[in-house]
Amino acid sequence: MSLPKEYDDLPGTVVFDADQARKGYHLNMFCMSLMKAENRAAFKQNERAYLDNWPMTEAQKQAILKRDWNEMLQLGGNIYFTAKIAATDGLSFQQIAAMMTGKTQQEYAEMMLKGGRSPEGNRSKSEWKNRG
Amino acid sequence: MARIVAGVATSHIPAIGAAWDNKKTAEPYWQPVFKGFEASKDWIAKVKPDVCIVVYNDHMSAFSLEIVPTFAIGCAAEFPIADEGWGPRPVPPVKGHPELASHLVQSLVLDEFDITIVNKMEVDHGLTVPLTLMFGQPKEWPCPVIPLAVNVVVYPVPTGNRCYLLGKAIRTAIASYDKDLRVVIFGTGGMSHQLQGPRAGLINKAFDKRFLDNLTKDPQANVRIPHLEYLRETGSEGIEMVMWLIMRGALDDEVKEVYRFYHVPASNTALGHIILENTRT
Repeated sequence: MSLPKEYDDLPGTVVFDADQARKGYHLNMFCMSLMKAENRAAFKQNERAYLDNWPMTEAQKQAILKRDWNEMLQLGGNIYFTAKIAATDGLSFQQIAAMMTGKTQQEYAEMMLKGGRSPEGNRSKSEWKNRG
Repeated sequence: MARIVAGVATSHIPAIGAAWDNKKTAEPYWQPVFKGFEASKDWIAKVKPDVCIVVYNDHMSAFSLEIVPTFAIGCAAEFPIADEGWGPRPVPPVKGHPELASHLVQSLVLDEFDITIVNKMEVDHGLTVPLTLMFGQPKEWPCPVIPLAVNVVVYPVPTGNRCYLLGKAIRTAIASYDKDLRVVIFGTGGMSHQLQGPRAGLINKAFDKRFLDNLTKDPQANVRIPHLEYLRETGSEGIEMVMWLIMRGALDDEVKEVYRFYHVPASNTALGHIILENTRT
């Protein structure tokens, strides 16, 4: 049994630790391959075939194909890796951040302009109980 | 003898690099950000460091999950610019200082910091955005740069205390180098931000202000902040602020704060920037 993880109490956050890194190794290494322009082109041409080159789980492949950014993190992805998929899609960090919060681009950008998400009410899972 | 004359801390937000590269610096969104660094550019032009040590984190550009060094020092003569997926930033390659870098490694390892030696490494926005903010866009960067990459991505990341002590060991190492060099050390990343998940967009101005105040006056208060507090109070990526503590540890206990700038938002992030000078000459 591993050590208890105090950070498991954080709402809406996946801490990328050794357990997540192990789970997401191939997913993240697939993302690394997108640092080369020719690989980005090959991926865009046939995403499924390209993904099949990596020994990922089917759930991981589906999360990538659906661009389910939160699910990728749950399944071991890390934002600095998955951002390379976003870059391949021509998306910025702010655009995928908005998607992960369930807000529209405009709503998210406005929240940031108003000073961002307050830590109040966002420190513990217990504070998020009533969220859907 | 070499000596550290000052420390610079700044966020290294990739969107700032993109705004600069795409000539959007005059746009209303970005104008205040770049204006906040005008005084800093003037300052560093006057200080004219012979070498900069830039403490930053690689965002899985040079490294990946294959190898995750906690502290790595770039000892190469040159560091090419990484393609992070959008194509490499159109900035000059970063020239290193292999001799001083090797000396640093030698001194730090004997001082019981087990540093990874990196002789081939591309550098990403974590290192190049601070250079852009401080030096603008010269044909070549004005001085050699020693990259010091810290793992703040894969937990467990180093504690604030370990980072601060590494800074102190860097100070000792620099002081034992026999060439007369003036060194500026950069701590980069932060401040509060969360890039991922449903809690993305978290900003904590009160924490950031306290961190900046304490960085100058009471660094020990920052050194004691545990990982969980960074995660809870400053978002999952706020942990980058431990890299500022390496910079602070490398300075005198008493420093003079010569400049500070704080701005929300820059993309997803609270941009923080501070310049601290050693006062003893």
